Amino acid sequence: TFLSEKQCYSQLFSFENVRPGRNVNLSFEKDRASLLCMKALANRGRLDSVSQQMASHPQYLESFLRTQHYILYMDGPLPVHYRHYIAIMAAARHHCRYLVSLHSAQFLLADGDPLWLQGLEAAPLRLQHLDHINKVLAHQPWLTARSHIQALLKTGEQCWSLAELVQAVVLLAHCHSLCSFVFGSGSDSDTTPTPRVHHGTPPGYCLCDAANGNTALSPSLAGPTEKAPRRREEDEAMFSADPSRFVTDPEFGYQEFARREEDHFQVFRVQDYSWEDHGFSLVNRLYSDIGHLLDERFRNVASLPFPHSPDLKRAIWNYIHCIYGIRYDDYDYGEVNRLLERGLKLYIKAVACYPDSSKTPLCPLSWAPVKASDKVHVNLLVMEARLQAELLYALRAITQYMIA
Amino acid sequence: MEKMTRVSGTVSGCTMFCHLDAPANAISVCRDATQVVVAGRNIFKIYGLEEDGFVERLNLRVGRKPSLNFSCADVMWHQMEENLLATAATNGAVVTWNLARPCRNKQEQLFTEHKRTVNKVCFHPTEVNMLLSGSQDGFMKCFDLRKKESVSTFSGQSESVRDVQFSIKDYFTFAASFENGNVQLWDIRRPDRYERMFTAHTGPVFCCDWHPEDRGWLATGGRDKMVKVWDMSTNRVKEIYCVQTIASVARVKWRPERRYHLATCSMMVDHNIYVWDVRRPFIPFATFEEHKDVTTGIVWRHQHDPYFLLSGSKDSTLYQHMFKDASRPVDRANPEGLCFGLFGDLAFAAKESLMSAPQSVGDVGRKTYPGGDRRYPIFFFKKPDVTEQFAQVSSALSVFESEAGSSVGMDWFINTAQSYLLSGKPFAELCEHNAQVAKRLNRPQESTTWTMLRIMFSEPANPSLSSNHNLNKSGNLPLVNSFSMKEMSAALNERNKENRQDNLHSLETNLNNNDENEETEGSEGQAEYLFGDAELDDDDLYSMEHDNQAAEEPEYLLPQEAFPLRHEIMDHPSAPEPVQEKPESPHVSGSEAESTCLTPMESFSLISVSQLLFSPHLPPKFFCPIVKEMLCYYAEQGDVQMAVSVLIVLGDRIRKEIDELTQEHWYMSYIDLLQRFELWNVSNEVIKLSTCGAIMCLNQTSTTLHINCSNCKRPMSNKGWICDRCHHCASVCAVCHHVVKGLFVWCQGCSHGGHLEHVMEWLKQSKHCPAGCGHLCEYT
Repeated sequence: TFLSEKQCYSQLFSFENVRPGRNVNLSFEKDRASLLCMKALANRGRLDSVSQQMASHPQYLESFLRTQHYILYMDGPLPVHYRHYIAIMAAARHHCRYLVSLHSAQFLLADGDPLWLQGLEAAPLRLQHLDHINKVLAHQPWLTARSHIQALLKTGEQCWSLAELVQAVVLLAHCHSLCSFVFGSGSDSDTTPTPRVHHGTPPGYCLCDAANGNTALSPSLAGPTEKAPRRREEDEAMFSADPSRFVTDPEFGYQEFARREEDHFQVFRVQDYSWEDHGFSLVNRLYSDIGHLLDERFRNVASLPFPHSPDLKRAIWNYIHCIYGIRYDDYDYGEVNRLLERGLKLYIKAVACYPDSSKTPLCPLSWAPVKASDKVHVNLLVMEARLQAELLYALRAITQYMIA
Repeated sequence: MEKMTRVSGTVSGCTMFCHLDAPANAISVCRDATQVVVAGRNIFKIYGLEEDGFVERLNLRVGRKPSLNFSCADVMWHQMEENLLATAATNGAVVTWNLARPCRNKQEQLFTEHKRTVNKVCFHPTEVNMLLSGSQDGFMKCFDLRKKESVSTFSGQSESVRDVQFSIKDYFTFAASFENGNVQLWDIRRPDRYERMFTAHTGPVFCCDWHPEDRGWLATGGRDKMVKVWDMSTNRVKEIYCVQTIASVARVKWRPERRYHLATCSMMVDHNIYVWDVRRPFIPFATFEEHKDVTTGIVWRHQHDPYFLLSGSKDSTLYQHMFKDASRPVDRANPEGLCFGLFGDLAFAAKESLMSAPQSVGDVGRKTYPGGDRRYPIFFFKKPDVTEQFAQVSSALSVFESEAGSSVGMDWFINTAQSYLLSGKPFAELCEHNAQVAKRLNRPQESTTWTMLRIMFSEPANPSLSSNHNLNKSGNLPLVNSFSMKEMSAALNERNKENRQDNLHSLETNLNNNDENEETEGSEGQAEYLFGDAELDDDDLYSMEHDNQAAEEPEYLLPQEAFPLRHEIMDHPSAPEPVQEKPESPHVSGSEAESTCLTPMESFSLISVSQLLFSPHLPPKFFCPIVKEMLCYYAEQGDVQMAVSVLIVLGDRIRKEIDELTQEHWYMSYIDLLQRFELWNVSNEVIKLSTCGAIMCLNQTSTTLHINCSNCKRPMSNKGWICDRCHHCASVCAVCHHVVKGLFVWCQGCSHGGHLEHVMEWLKQSKHCPAGCGHLCEYT
């Protein structure tokens, strides 16, 4: 385990760099952030770049980490390796190598079958069935319909239960929107395979194994001898984890909602189906406690102090919902054009709709006062607005299914 | 005059409905209860309420392309001025409508002061020109309809306003409910700050409603699925009633003329309308189940008539519900309860009508405790309230007391658990040992089962043990149980009987199975003597059962306790007429003398027969179905101990036959029982020997270890690896400087340590402590 120990050190060093030194007098917020980061690092043996980015907004980071931990590891109807596989499927829709490799590693750690990582067709049918709704939610969520839900829930050998489906949908929406954040913050670029080969450990490789010393504890022969080759296997799987193998119909992508309006795609009116009134109650009923966690996330992002006017924040949020076909009766959309510069609009749209570094080059955010934390803030808004949009569409479809 | 309307009987009709063109968001009735207005995103119409149906009177949505001003979130009909209506538009406009306008467009005034959706409008109950609105933007505005703009603005300072309601009795007061769970009381004259505020719910409070008569009562409903009634008349706002519903509460409306009734409907998932008696919060008083989608608006048709309820829904229908057509959930409810006390007492309440069935023989010493019994606190007894229309259910309470000092008669369980051997010896010996244990504890059936298992599954070439099964000296009944039976309902008796019948049947089937394969002479005769007769001869039947029962189901505490203590019951002064020795009573017939019917001789022969039967010919697999059945039978009987023990001892021989879940369930129950009796060692052994993944991992739960931070020496309060106080990683490995999350080994001399593996390796190469403290550590 020499390599992994070396990795420990390198991680530890980078951690030292990230961590604000003890001798610097820190504000409470910073302190809180660093404590959170340390906790995450110590618990999982790594600190992903996503959390590092979010650390500039500690109160948000806390609720984000809590939600993510709940969805991926805590009580829920889906087995843990399924959850990671669904996350892989979701991230693959946007060719997010970073998340795909991260969840591939976690998938293997959760005793997932390495075969599945060869591609979607190697996964169980049940997961393959999820592909369609994954595709739709990722790119054109307004197409989500009762029939999709019905098809998945239709009784049969490969059917989903409502509770499982809701967890899967929450996972998909979470990962899709996280792709946007990863893309927006440029975290994806540092996961090109080359440095990883150099390091010998994939990015998501969990150091807990090395750290807890339990690997070699069992005196039985099985312990070390079996573990070693398996790890090599994991590594191989890792480097070859090409997102496109989890994707069907790669041409399916975002299309302008506005242009499709004449095709009778009903505009989604928030006043008729809102997160606070409807989405929350439904999701919380079918997947307990997730409603509160998500609610807290939305509240947190809404209450982040924005240096510019609150109108701008609302404009950004409503603009993102607008490009996903969600309208507010009580908003004058002329304000979007007044408040958002063209550059910012392009940026937001790219991050929200085409967060695919293999296709779209990351257009720099050429927005007047670009402070790093402002950029993160915009990225957070995009992520949360997108998450809510997808959830609203999916939950509305489920509601319609339940009524029928 | 109000009385007049009611008396004149203008309100009449039946349950009826009409289809709307679009989903409704809200409805409101005019004062004289003859017309109703329905408002929604795409609908704004007035319907007349006729005797036999709704009649469309007016469509207020005019113009070729109606603006968003017509998209209504709420509507209210003025209760003083019959031509005046107000709507709250989703785009933030507040609109008033005057039906008296001569042209088609009835819109009178338009206020566009709110920035966000207006959730609620409310006219003052007595003041003609005063209108109040509450909006998503967090403001409430009061309009004077004679002016072009609002006269005052109230800032709740706590997120969106979901509902505003003028108090019916206090001229100046109104209540507002908020998205963050707060409710505020305002004085209309003082827009600067609220009079009172309190947190009513967790999450949004969607609605509130003042009691029509009780000045201080306010009902609120929230997303947390609760309806609460608050008393505002005191200094501190007090929650006086709370009703838990099954979905978030969208609307709440007090029922006219019924002080304690209110109607609710939900915003999601649940489509029904419920009428609750707030004093009976567990079951709705009445339910209307007509709608196919969520109900969005409810209103009592007339403010003094409790029998008509109107409702609009997302399913595009408008209903008039008659109270007499409502379904009454209480009629379908089962007013029964059963509970164990701390010391093994058992209380059982059931409808009086059920309990007062003619006493049968088993009811020796039967005694009911009606509400007035002095020995039980008065709170058992709810005085029927004349005003309460709730179905009165009176239940009889029975208490079965366990005798003091007895450990609920589970000694056999403990003994068995401790004495059974589950592993460590050859299969045959284990069976033999366990058979002996069971025998010693007077459980002949278990004993026989073990012996039979040994015979079935032992290698044929290995007829190991001599058959010294001197089974049945256990003629007398084991006095394992010490419940004193104060009372024994006929029903219990009945069930008991059935149980025994079942026992017998399964035994029979078992034996018959064997019979079918047996060719040996003589055996048949024996079997018939034993069981064939039993069907005819009652005495034999019972005695046989008796034996079984006593042996195998002492966990069914109630039944068999009756017999040993029969005489004790006589001491009971209040016992009505101790009936004894009735011939048809099974208990009585099961006297001790008779129960020796299964003589040693017979049982012996039974076993020798079976040995003859299948030792040379049949593969052990052959018995799997029977054994499986037997295991299920024991488990059904509540003797999971037997089921699990056999499962473990048989191991692979039977495991595949029984599905994982069932096994897991048995294991769980047994382990739970063992732990209740504090048989930790046995439970651990069972866990270790189990083959289910879910069970084996039980050993690894709740292995909490409380540690102090190695840096600041204070206890680690939070989870995780970082000390909250000094922000250092605690328990770091001295070799690799990484957090140790598994086994931590440390030197008792210098208290440095780390990963077991690392320290072992280190000490192979060096004598000194890896931390560099200079201590000469030793690892043994």
